[in-house]
Amino acid sequence: MSPTQWDLPPELCCRPMAFVALTGLDMVYNAIHRAIWDAFCANRRADRVPISFKVLPGDHEYPKCRTKRTSYEWYIPKGILKTGWMNKHLNLVPALVVVFYELDWDEAQWKEKQSECATKVEIVRTSLQGRNTKVAVVLIQKKTPLPPGEDLIASERAAALCNACDLSGKSLFVLPHTDHLVGYIIRLENAFYEHAQTYYYTELRRVKSHKEFLNKTTHQLLFVRHQFKIAFFSELKQDTQNALKYYRTAYNLVHELRAHETNMLEIKNMAGFINYKICRLCFQHNTPLDAIAQFRKHIDLCKKKIGSAELAFEHAAWMSKQFQSFGDLFDEAIKLGLTAIQTQNPGFYYQQAAYYAQERKQQANQLCYHDLSINYPNPDPLETAAGSLDFYGQRPWRQGHQSIDPPDPEKEKGGILALQRKERDVLHSELIIALLSNAVAQFKKYKCPRMKSHLMVQMGEEYYHAKDYTKALKLLDYVMCDYRTERWWTLLTSILTTALKCSYLMGQVKDYITYSLELIGRASTLREDQKSRIEKNVIKVLMNECPDPEPDCDSSAVKAAQSLWTDRVSLAGSNDFTIEVQDYIPFVQCKAKFLYPSFHVDIPVQLHVYLKTDCPHPIRFSKLCVSFNNQEYNQYCVVEEPCQSTHILEPSAQGNMCLVPRKTRKYTFKFVARTEDVGKKIEITAVDLMLGSENGRCVLINWRGAGGDAASSQEALQATRSFKRRPRLTENEVDWDTVSIQANTMVISRVPRISVQIHHEPPALTNEMYWMVVSIQSQEDTVAKDVKLTAGLKPGQDANLTQTTYVTLNGSEMCDDSHPALLPDISIGELQPGQKVEKSLYVRCGTTGTRIFLVHVSYAVDTTVEDKEIVCKCHKDETVNIETIVPFDVAVKFVSSKFEHLDRVYVDIPFLLMTDILSASPWPLNLVSSELQLAPSMAAVDQLDSQVEQVVLQTGESASECFCLTCPPVASGANGVASGLYVLSWKRKSSRENVPVVSTVITLPHVVVETIPLYVHADLPSFGRVRESLPVKYHIQNRTGLVQDVEMSVEPSDAFMFSGLKQVRLRILPGTKQEMLYNFYPLMAGYQNLPSLTINLLRFPGFTSQLLRRFLPTRIFVKPQGRQVDDASIAAA
Amino acid sequence: QKYPLYIRSIPTENELKFHYAVHTSLDVGKEFVDQRERYLGLLYPTEDYKVYGYVTNSRVKFVIVVDSSNTELQDNEICSMFRKLHNSYTDVMCNPFYNPDDPIHSK
Repeated sequence: MSPTQWDLPPELCCRPMAFVALTGLDMVYNAIHRAIWDAFCANRRADRVPISFKVLPGDHEYPKCRTKRTSYEWYIPKGILKTGWMNKHLNLVPALVVVFYELDWDEAQWKEKQSECATKVEIVRTSLQGRNTKVAVVLIQKKTPLPPGEDLIASERAAALCNACDLSGKSLFVLPHTDHLVGYIIRLENAFYEHAQTYYYTELRRVKSHKEFLNKTTHQLLFVRHQFKIAFFSELKQDTQNALKYYRTAYNLVHELRAHETNMLEIKNMAGFINYKICRLCFQHNTPLDAIAQFRKHIDLCKKKIGSAELAFEHAAWMSKQFQSFGDLFDEAIKLGLTAIQTQNPGFYYQQAAYYAQERKQQANQLCYHDLSINYPNPDPLETAAGSLDFYGQRPWRQGHQSIDPPDPEKEKGGILALQRKERDVLHSELIIALLSNAVAQFKKYKCPRMKSHLMVQMGEEYYHAKDYTKALKLLDYVMCDYRTERWWTLLTSILTTALKCSYLMGQVKDYITYSLELIGRASTLREDQKSRIEKNVIKVLMNECPDPEPDCDSSAVKAAQSLWTDRVSLAGSNDFTIEVQDYIPFVQCKAKFLYPSFHVDIPVQLHVYLKTDCPHPIRFSKLCVSFNNQEYNQYCVVEEPCQSTHILEPSAQGNMCLVPRKTRKYTFKFVARTEDVGKKIEITAVDLMLGSENGRCVLINWRGAGGDAASSQEALQATRSFKRRPRLTENEVDWDTVSIQANTMVISRVPRISVQIHHEPPALTNEMYWMVVSIQSQEDTVAKDVKLTAGLKPGQDANLTQTTYVTLNGSEMCDDSHPALLPDISIGELQPGQKVEKSLYVRCGTTGTRIFLVHVSYAVDTTVEDKEIVCKCHKDETVNIETIVPFDVAVKFVSSKFEHLDRVYVDIPFLLMTDILSASPWPLNLVSSELQLAPSMAAVDQLDSQVEQVVLQTGESASECFCLTCPPVASGANGVASGLYVLSWKRKSSRENVPVVSTVITLPHVVVETIPLYVHADLPSFGRVRESLPVKYHIQNRTGLVQDVEMSVEPSDAFMFSGLKQVRLRILPGTKQEMLYNFYPLMAGYQNLPSLTINLLRFPGFTSQLLRRFLPTRIFVKPQGRQVDDASIAAA
Repeated sequence: QKYPLYIRSIPTENELKFHYAVHTSLDVGKEFVDQRERYLGLLYPTEDYKVYGYVTNSRVKFVIVVDSSNTELQDNEICSMFRKLHNSYTDVMCNPFYNPDDPIHSK
């Protein structure tokens, strides 16, 4: 876009830098000069001094300096700031002119060169007559200079040159073009910078010195001008702190100026400039709050300074620009690292700028079109002789005029008219939209979604005003859903209204209908008469007629739209529209529900579709259809009534297809589900409602799923909370809020009419063939075909259970790993009505625990539903929990021949193995037999016949067996030796004959075997009698390979007298035994302790008689002395 | 979700503009809501009007928009207006015949 009157001049917006002119450089033909220039220009980063360089020819004419005023006494200023001033000091009047000259110290023709150089300097000086611009000379030399003071010729010639050129030594420089060019250049430019600083300082002082000549009455403008200049020179000097101070003073001075209609624009303009500078510097000094405060102050001061009422749009334009430039400054500062927040970001300024741009447009519309008959004034009052203004913010037709009244009212009128005409050419909408989109970008960045939406609405509306309806619709469409989901109905309605206008003016039938659907619906806050008008238009469109234009539309646009609509009407085809409404809030609501969440396949599926409208007038539809995930059902759920397009408003013959506002209408559908769909879901995928007719124009309103739109879920929630009493309704009417959507239903199999019973005797015993009887009885009225039984462990249980459970139908064989845990699909054939079948099952459970068994019976049966023959598959499941327990516990112990507990056995000495079988089964157990399978390390003393054969154990009873065993010598008996296995064969007493016997194998414990050196056993009768001799023989056996010295003694006892060796020492040879004979003579009756035998082995001191006592009897029963029986009495008896 | 429970403007001209102002003011808040203070103060600056916010413990927001030129209304007055509003709102909520989240009607 070309710069407009309101854009800030670029010289104001740039950062002022010292201006240094370089002369004497031949950029075209001299490579060295080119290289020097490049070194000055290239890489001017922030660390280099801020200078703007320019190459000028040596004889360049600098702007002439006007003769300095010595007195301001009679001077009346014509304006505040000349338009050329800033540019002059930035780009035209240098602070320093540098003369480059190629000259080495050892130059042969020194004299000539010196004077040539002096001439060049002189030319520059002459051109700068009257200015304080500094001049410096740079000698370009081929040789590297010697350190200062060493080269005598150099210092001498330097002094001579300075003298010839009238230069101070500080202004003469040497530039050897060697390898270190950039380094030299940087040193040079630092020196230049110092000179420039001095120059600007002098200029600043000079301007300051004017102040004493000024007086407050006539020179008010000069106060501002001078203060601005001082500030600007400070900026050129890079003294931004002081610059800011001076600008602030200048700003205050501007507002002290006497303002009136003729100079208002100039004052505002200047105030705007200074404000811009202040804000810019504040951001630069990282004091954004100061910038904002200054800007607010500026706006507050200037807001009401409208100036000429006929040019009010100018004020708005200026205000807009103020906000925009501040927004730009703010944004720039953010790009340089400033952080902004949600409530304080550039977006607000752009937004305000847009607001003023809108105001400008409105005012322009009011002011610039009042009289179209008057032509543009001639000569053009806006033309100036110079092509531009002398002072910022003045009127071209009366430049320099500073008094309150215009010099020529006629000219003034012409000027205003010209400006008003010019304003007509401004593309306001474009400006507004650009500003709005700037603001949108900012608010997006600072997470203000609603502000963003609001601005987008404004953009859309602006596009609408600019007649770019496509873009307008795009924007409005984009934000509409935000307002819809947030349920700001008033705002949504307003947006929809604009959108409807756009679609009308574009002749977009589908959009037109879509927006209308929502505008006549419940979310719209339009008045009833407005809704009625829109609804009538919709009906017109459906009858393929042109709708009436929307109100408040531009008349020419309406005309264009009407012809568009006429074309649409005459155009055949493309008259069907599908509008998906679940994201809108259309005037007709829909809820579809299956009556139940599931249906048995032999019962027809029932479905209700409820419709309700919120529009002002009743409306007819021509078709209602429901779509399902299985499209085969679609055909059953259609209501259709072809109607003439003219009948659209008339109540239908059936009264069925007409929707009365706010009345809920119910449509009932019924169909038979397919038997293949058993176990599947039937889902409503869409409900379609057709308005209009297929031969006219028709609109298909489509709800995805089972109805509901953008607002319905919230409404449903509110309805459930509501305390309001439901209105009393007649029989056929339904309260809308009570209807809830049920979008899917399950087809489930027919209820089985069959009984399945399981007979069994729990619990199961480990490893037995557990007998279960399944009895199935048909209660069907017809033959049940294809009856199948699946039985066994219910799937989905612990894997261990599956691996240890076996099921079979054959009870006569033990089942093993090859049998499955579940027997599937055992065919049973057909069952006549009432027939009963029994099936035996055997289950073997290898481990204890609870198992769930499943019995599943399936069959097929023919039935009739709604006059339709179908084959229904039915099934019935029965489950039963069965616990498996251990049938009995077996305890095994080793005892000595005296039934004393043994923790170890002795080689070759007989001992007893006892088994205890304790029944844990609640049912009687039949122990078929038992068997002892001895390990090689054990030997039986006598036969090992089972002693529990055919014993029946009731619950809690136990059976015992006892086997006499010896243990032959073993190598390492201390670690224990295996004893063997004990096998019990058993079955349930109640089990059938052919059921196999279960063998339970018990591993007998290991036992520690020890050898003993000496073994003693006694031979004595089983009882004694008082005063009758009791012979006792002790056998003492040496079991070692050594000769044993044995010391033996018998302790006396009160109950006995005895004869025999009381104490003896004897020697027993290896492997032999010694017998000791005693005669005991019992003295008392009853259990009596025998005289105890003590044995000591001299060679085995550790051997104690304690050990031996285990083998020897300690007591004996002594019977009392029998009465002397009289033989006679016997005889008598 | 932030939708209007009750909205009213006096005068009724330019009502839409104020509705937008209230709606956009709902953007502001994340940084405010964490505070214990219920009165949120000036939410955002505009040229023509000032937007004040207030939030209850149950996160119901009140927004008052006043004319910028109305300098009589200081923070104190606005704050007490909010308190009155809050009390009225509490009264509405105490009404057993009012369903939470329904639009509020005022006589």
